[in-house]
Amino acid sequence: MAFTPPLEKYAGKIREVVIGKGDKVVKLGGHNAMPGCIFDGDFPNLPKIALEVFDSAPEDWAPEAIKPYEDVVNDPVAWAKKAVDVYNAELVCLHLKSTDPNGENVGADEAAQLAKKVSDSISVPLIVLGSGNAEKDGEVAAKVCEVCAGQNLLVGLAVEDNYKKIGAAAIGYGHCVAAQSPIDVNLAKQLNILLDNLGVPLDKIVMEPSTGALGYGIEYTYSVMERIELAALSQNDDKMQLPIMNIMAVETWKTREAKLDVDAEPTFGDLSKRGILWEAMTAVDLILSGTSLLIMRHPEAVRLTKEIIEELYLGK
Amino acid sequence: MGLTGIQIYKLLPKTNCKECGEPTCLAFAMKLAAGKAELAKCPYVSDEAKEQLSEASAPPIRGITLGTGENAFKIGEEVVLYRHEKTFVNQPGYGILITDTMDDTEVEAKIKRLNEMFFERVGLTLTADFAALKNESGDPSKFESLTQKVMGLTQKALVLISENVDALSAAGKVAKDRRPLLYAATKENADQVGALAKELGVPVAAKANGLDELIELSEKLTSIGLKDIVLDPGNRKLKDLYADLHFHRRAALKDKFKPLGFPFITFPNEMTDDPMKEALYAAIFVAKYAGLIVLSDLDAHRMLPLTVQRLNIYTDPQRPMIMEQGIYEINKPDKSSPVLLTTNFALTYFIVSAEIEASRVPSWLLVMDTEGLSVLTAWSAGKFVADAIAPFVKKSGIEEKVDHRNIIIPGYVAQISGELEEELGGDWKVVLGTREASDIPAFLRTYASKG
Repeated sequence: MAFTPPLEKYAGKIREVVIGKGDKVVKLGGHNAMPGCIFDGDFPNLPKIALEVFDSAPEDWAPEAIKPYEDVVNDPVAWAKKAVDVYNAELVCLHLKSTDPNGENVGADEAAQLAKKVSDSISVPLIVLGSGNAEKDGEVAAKVCEVCAGQNLLVGLAVEDNYKKIGAAAIGYGHCVAAQSPIDVNLAKQLNILLDNLGVPLDKIVMEPSTGALGYGIEYTYSVMERIELAALSQNDDKMQLPIMNIMAVETWKTREAKLDVDAEPTFGDLSKRGILWEAMTAVDLILSGTSLLIMRHPEAVRLTKEIIEELYLGK
Repeated sequence: MGLTGIQIYKLLPKTNCKECGEPTCLAFAMKLAAGKAELAKCPYVSDEAKEQLSEASAPPIRGITLGTGENAFKIGEEVVLYRHEKTFVNQPGYGILITDTMDDTEVEAKIKRLNEMFFERVGLTLTADFAALKNESGDPSKFESLTQKVMGLTQKALVLISENVDALSAAGKVAKDRRPLLYAATKENADQVGALAKELGVPVAAKANGLDELIELSEKLTSIGLKDIVLDPGNRKLKDLYADLHFHRRAALKDKFKPLGFPFITFPNEMTDDPMKEALYAAIFVAKYAGLIVLSDLDAHRMLPLTVQRLNIYTDPQRPMIMEQGIYEINKPDKSSPVLLTTNFALTYFIVSAEIEASRVPSWLLVMDTEGLSVLTAWSAGKFVADAIAPFVKKSGIEEKVDHRNIIIPGYVAQISGELEEELGGDWKVVLGTREASDIPAFLRTYASKG
């Protein structure tokens, strides 16, 4: 008697979120089965990869991570173009790091103008994130929404303390919201509910569950994401049926495993390959636990990750 | 597993003798069904009932031990599909491929890596687990002498790879006391390889073309009385193998489907020539359901992330994310060693302590109970502020352990320095530390060298 493979059919489905406008559009989510389980359901959109661009030259990056961008780190527009034209980024993620009030404290207007310039000069959709200071991020994101009106960017990070400001601006000017909650299933759901109550359509939100790197909390992120996806699919929980994104490169490349050379850590082996693998392996864990959008850094890690996605879902 | 209390009750003596500690046989049966009692507590249970019950209570995926002594490791016995449902139990083994066509130098270099490569992390030593010896030459005597040689070079577990029964038999006889895995019984040789495994009393792997054939092979090996079986569905394409691994885990756990209730062996080394890609396949199989993972080589830059991957995925998620409040000694501190302060969120603690450890500077780490909140969150919630920190530091006992009065606080809470110094009073000085944990080693080295 032939074996009948045990399949899992779910009642729920992740919403499809569209980022960008016109001929530069990327679709996230839309699947109705757990990661890689193409035998169980449909995956109209495979996980996407965005490359990072910073608004000022990074100071403390690992040499291996800076190398691919050496010629463009002082020019965010050129950097974004290189990410798309040379490294085939599916989206670009602009980190407005210099808006940090404890750092350079660049104003919202100036930051928003830069966002527009970057957005106008690339052929893929743009993600715009602040410095991680909730109050200032609200101000900056609102301005970005206004200046880039109608472009349907993915703007964030909306957190509990600033979601009203970002949510309202995103509704008003036609953008999507990147909503970050502190590594907890219920808090993730709660922020979605708050944004929903505010009037942000649920198909305009992408969840960032707080991302840990391999060796630095990946297991928490991994399980929170699996639980979110399962709640969305098997419990058909409407407020959880949103695609997940992970701001992961920042986390992976600050680990000592990705940074310390073999003189400092004699047992760790080749640094350049180690850093790339640290990023790619973190990406693989996030794919297995349900990401729809990875924010990555090293082109070689991106190539490896993309190949894994295509092999897993398309059998390449 | 699977039997109800009533079904178990029918197999018990029904004398209510109370010698098991329960008032009645029925009560005992209920406890057995719930997994809260051991059958061995009943002195009068028949052998026949014992066999039926142990069969029914066997784990849905059989546990298999390879190797011996301190190099033995167990795979299988997994009980969940998702780690958050309970936990993953037995970490998959990593192995290095060695063939009988490699020259002595290469064999020795590979075994050296297997023996000597290790990484220290959270007080654990992370290593690879076995050598996979392959009869590439097709010559049984070469395979036998490779096995002999490797037995002399390492105490680690062995997987013996050949479809040639004579070669497997020769190597198996040499290695049998090491409890090796014989790989593999196939459609063509299952009778002979099965008989060999039985004769030697060692685990055997079944290799097939697809799950249907694998199930037949598994049933065949079981029917000749073999219990310790490992499975390989033969697929070497990620998409297909990923499906097989899922079907195996689901069928074993949800349907109690015995023929697939054994650990799987995977071969990332046969799936690609790209070592980086190979490592990513291995990482996937750690998360998704492999018991054994064969790699082409053990390079530090691949094994470090892979051993950490395995540690992370197999960490028990039920473990609280909170550390106990108190003083933690790192790198054997003394009275003059620096004192650092952080919160008791487990991840914060883990990252900070790992960095201090990496700095090799002997240090005292004060971990304050902030109800598991990280530094910034705890500060904004009013739990990591001067008038809470000062009493904690005073009562912690650190003043007896060091002869200085300097405390290093996280760079993110610079704003509390002044107030904290005031609250602490006496000679206490607050030193501003780094914002990112990754900058701690550089900071501590400079700080320590200044005395």
